[in-house]
Amino acid sequence: MEPGKEIEKAIRTLTDRNLTFMHVCGTHESTIARSALRSVLPENLKIVMGPGCPVCITPQGEIDAALQLASDGVTIATYGDLLRVPGKDGSLESCGGDIKIVQGVHKAVEVAQKTKKEVVFVSVGFETTAPTVAATILTNPPDNFSILSSHRTIPPAMKWLLSQGEAKIDGFMLPGHVCTVMGYHEYEQFHVPQVVAGFEPDEILLGLLLLLQQIQEGVSRVDNAYPRAVTREGNVKAQELMWKVFSASDVAWRGFPVIPGSGLKIRKAFSQYDAVEKFGIEFKPDVKQGGCICDRVLRGISQPTDCKMFGKVCTPRTPVGPCMVSHEGACKIWHLYHSRT
Amino acid sequence: MCIAIPAEVKEIKEGNIGVVDYGELTQEVRLDLVDVKVGDFVLVHVGFAIQRLSREEGLETLEIFREVWKAMDESDERKVQVT
Repeated sequence: MEPGKEIEKAIRTLTDRNLTFMHVCGTHESTIARSALRSVLPENLKIVMGPGCPVCITPQGEIDAALQLASDGVTIATYGDLLRVPGKDGSLESCGGDIKIVQGVHKAVEVAQKTKKEVVFVSVGFETTAPTVAATILTNPPDNFSILSSHRTIPPAMKWLLSQGEAKIDGFMLPGHVCTVMGYHEYEQFHVPQVVAGFEPDEILLGLLLLLQQIQEGVSRVDNAYPRAVTREGNVKAQELMWKVFSASDVAWRGFPVIPGSGLKIRKAFSQYDAVEKFGIEFKPDVKQGGCICDRVLRGISQPTDCKMFGKVCTPRTPVGPCMVSHEGACKIWHLYHSRT
Repeated sequence: MCIAIPAEVKEIKEGNIGVVDYGELTQEVRLDLVDVKVGDFVLVHVGFAIQRLSREEGLETLEIFREVWKAMDESDERKVQVT
């Protein structure tokens, strides 16, 4: 029998009560939906997606700031995933400004090297991505280059979710590539079963199984089911570069209040690369779209199909909220793969 | 966003740039975050190698699977005894 089938059988045996596990990674959701893993799990084992999509959790105010820069004639470079995220008035795709899609921050620097115009890289992403930006800033990019840091870090958000208790989470599947960089020692502070999982369907099933085993044993620890990339310490060099350029800051996430220490702000020594300082940006509070439940989806208390607009008014071509825009957004993924609840 | 793809380092150029091979595609990536040599495997994310992978660690994953299968075989046997 193939390994996945064996594990699936064991998961059915071990799930002896109602359980909810949360993962915090859009790439996990993508694997789960693409391979229809929920359809092979027992009915009483629920997998919910938490705030694991960096584009989705970026508050509207930060999108609006990028749109304002674009309308002021600044060249905006960013990941393609961000283009259709609706701001207060339109999106980067529809704004008519000079928008460049880049593979990564280093390509945005190349854009800046070829022009005299100001180039701002809209820098979203968790701890997987932030070190790439830090390393680039340390290469002394040209003066006309700066970044709008929308980076967020995962552990403070998990702390918030656990302290709040709204989503009733029995275990966490930790993001494999965030942990590749950061290691998992920081997660040992949380008294809840946790497992670092890889991204193949078999690896996710293995992760679920290890969580169930912890629950059966009545213990809370961090198991590592992705050891080919993840160690307890992570990539120390990448962490050092990240903290050299950024410091932790208190920021809001879309769907969440201000979470202490969950943002990454550029340190004073590098402020010439901080678009917030350079252009005197002030972020405006979010105006919630009527009917959109992205905030509840991000907190793991609603599913995409609970939304009245899902697949009707709100589609990947006409997204109302960010979760329908990003390739990592739960709504877009469910829309693509027609997931069952 | 956090997608990362394994690739083999084929060449290291000046300025922390490496040429990596994904299997059917080679590409230049930045090596600022890792210390690697030609022949190492790396995980690439947004054009940067974010970690070095080793064959041994890959094998370690297989080992976890093997242990789990073994544990399951045992629990299956127990179940048979109960029923």
